[in-house]
Amino acid sequence: MSVGQTTLLLLAGLIPLGYAGFFLGRRKALNTQAEGIRLHSRPQQYGWYSVVSMAVPAMAVAFIASLLNLLGWIALPSELVLIMTLVTAAAGFGFGLRAIQPSLRARIKLDNLMRWLLLGAALISIMTTVAIVLSVIFEAMRFFREVSVWEFITGTTWSPGDSFLEAAGRGDEVGEGGGGVFGSVPLFAGTFMVTAIAMAVSLPIGLLSAIFMSEYASQRIRGIVKPLIEILAGIPTVVYGFFAAVTVTPIIVDIAGFFGLDASYSNILSPGIVMGIMIIPFISSLSDDVINSIPQSLREGAFALGTTRSETIRSVVVPAALPGVISAFLLGVSRALGETMIVVMAAGVRPNLTWNPLEDMTTVTVNIVYSLTGDQSFDSPQTLSAFALGLVLFIVTLTLNVISTVMVRRFKQQYD
Amino acid sequence: MSTRKLTGSANNPQIRRRYRAEKRFKAYCIGAVSIAFAIIIAFFTDIISQGYTAFWQYQVQVTIDYNDRAERLGQFALDRDMREVASRGATRSIPRAIDRNPDLLGTTEERWVPVKAEIDQYLKHGRDILEAKHEEVAAAPELPDKLRKKVDALIDEGRIESAFNTRFFTTGDSKLPELAGIFSAAVGTLYVLGITLLCAFPIGVMSAIYLEEFAPDNKLTQTIEVNINNLAAVPSIIFGLLGLALFINFFGVPRSSALAGGLTLGLMTLPIIIISTRAALRAVPDPIRQGAFAMGCSRWQVVRDHVLPSSLPGILTGTIIGLAQAMGETAPLIIVGMIAYIPEAPSGVFEAATVLPAQVFTWASEPEQAYVEKTAAGIMVLLAVLLTLNATAVFLRRKFERRW
Repeated sequence: MSVGQTTLLLLAGLIPLGYAGFFLGRRKALNTQAEGIRLHSRPQQYGWYSVVSMAVPAMAVAFIASLLNLLGWIALPSELVLIMTLVTAAAGFGFGLRAIQPSLRARIKLDNLMRWLLLGAALISIMTTVAIVLSVIFEAMRFFREVSVWEFITGTTWSPGDSFLEAAGRGDEVGEGGGGVFGSVPLFAGTFMVTAIAMAVSLPIGLLSAIFMSEYASQRIRGIVKPLIEILAGIPTVVYGFFAAVTVTPIIVDIAGFFGLDASYSNILSPGIVMGIMIIPFISSLSDDVINSIPQSLREGAFALGTTRSETIRSVVVPAALPGVISAFLLGVSRALGETMIVVMAAGVRPNLTWNPLEDMTTVTVNIVYSLTGDQSFDSPQTLSAFALGLVLFIVTLTLNVISTVMVRRFKQQYD
Repeated sequence: MSTRKLTGSANNPQIRRRYRAEKRFKAYCIGAVSIAFAIIIAFFTDIISQGYTAFWQYQVQVTIDYNDRAERLGQFALDRDMREVASRGATRSIPRAIDRNPDLLGTTEERWVPVKAEIDQYLKHGRDILEAKHEEVAAAPELPDKLRKKVDALIDEGRIESAFNTRFFTTGDSKLPELAGIFSAAVGTLYVLGITLLCAFPIGVMSAIYLEEFAPDNKLTQTIEVNINNLAAVPSIIFGLLGLALFINFFGVPRSSALAGGLTLGLMTLPIIIISTRAALRAVPDPIRQGAFAMGCSRWQVVRDHVLPSSLPGILTGTIIGLAQAMGETAPLIIVGMIAYIPEAPSGVFEAATVLPAQVFTWASEPEQAYVEKTAAGIMVLLAVLLTLNATAVFLRRKFERRW
């Protein structure tokens, strides 16, 4: 039996039992009430109680059995699981109906069950993080068994190209010095280059827009400007990637050609600029929030000393808001580091260690995508290298986020 | 007198310098906002000007001759002249049609079919430029002289016409650009978003209820909160790695399937829904809860009957925004393999599927000129849907949000 069939049969058994449990439980409670005995809870709560005492153990049995099957510890035929589950359900059903007494605190028991259920849902987010960490670390460990950590961190040559031949059993075709070389420095250089360009575009525009919205604009203009700028945050990254590759890159190549410079058609400047455009709304709305939460008394104090508005902004408001602005900056950096589609579509694939933004460079995320979309087997070092890169990316962005959260919290405490 | 003195101080060179600095600074700020606006306008103009042509397509009127050679290869249903003009894909279905209905053999039929992509491109972009004898002739799409004369003649006869491109909305991907459409990607998007919603919405709302209404203020709760905030800022590609390692390699979900993509995006959308639901729950004032408690409700009853109904608009708004974000996401889906070539719409969540942004990505990496307008048109559809979703969210919030 397939998984789908088993699930359907299971539901076909459990749903009628559930209905029966609810109505029988409620009937029993209603009958008791009709005899003039005072119940602890409402009749339908007894109904729900018998549903729960039927379904929860049955679901638990089904869940544990399928988990064990999945892990391969035991191999139960699905018919057996089905029968075990339905037997448990029937037992729970009988037990639940018997347990209904006037003194049974069904309401409180249901409340506690809900609390556990909700806690379980809340724990899923923790499990997601744990799963990210575990899966990425586990695969990265397999990678580091073949490539030394030191070489990965400090090596300046990234050419995984040959390793897939080995994995395909054609290792003898690999040229001299064979095997892949996994020195990640050129990738991180590309990532930092694109991030630096993006921040150079987005920080001034974003911060000045935020100052305009919070210090100069009237309420009405602010109500127009803010949502318009936030349109930029809603545009999918694949669209930005197309914009960068098809429109911005040729313009940059033309401009560079005008000045007699030679720009590559997959230069890193174009994705950098477009990524900067994408990050403008993050910087502007976060800084705007922070600047707005600076107490008015600080500004008034400065005005009283005879400063102009811009002097107030530069010497009082911005310094006071600095922790918040820095944290917005860090969040922007973390977005730029992890941004994928723009660089995949507009940046190069050749690892290149250079300072010239008109040359093509490649980034960490580009390599993650390319090593996972090829035809290599999952065990080849090239595929596994994606997880090693992902691990580093995860650690760096997580650190930036934590720093930024702590800074904002300190800032809020200072003025609240 | 005093007025004159004030004027005097305004004439003070130092003060005038400071006023000029003030004006300069304000101009910088306005300049920054203007640059942002200019970018938005340039961006939309660029996409629309590249994409709008894809919604029209040149068609040619051909005579389809159901002869016995066409029974084997559809191409032979057209005469030699038309074979050069009409799309190769237009006659593909002819052998099957004859197979299904043998009575067709020997009959003929007049039909409008799409022209080849390069002719379409020439008619859309090249013809006017060539006729205007513009300098950009070199960059314009060109056709061999013989073919061009034939196309021009057909136009004069009225046998080539431009029509609305319904095919773009009703077919899937194709290796022939003139036949490629977004239908299968749209169906894939629906499947993926359905699964995303099914897994992220209940879990997200339940987590938020726990954190806002039930959780005691202890270490566990704080850990969960910090964790959710961090999860919201994890790069989406990392969720792709998680989906690959967890769902595909560990749980054995089929690669490229809508299920794998939906689950991955579900985990990614979860923190967004939790955060917005918590904000909506927090906006419900305490007296509502206290009133319900005073009537003897249990905590769950308070939440179910009082807090949830009043915060529902806020929760829905947050969910729509989260879904809109998931809909534009590409990187994690590429990692779980959703960039396969999908000509037919998937009919289930276990089948290989693709989504709109991934389709845009696939087209963007095709070398033919004809795919550029397809890409831009796909982007226009995607942006239109996203804009509608976000507008719905804003509308819901405006209309149903209660001020306490």
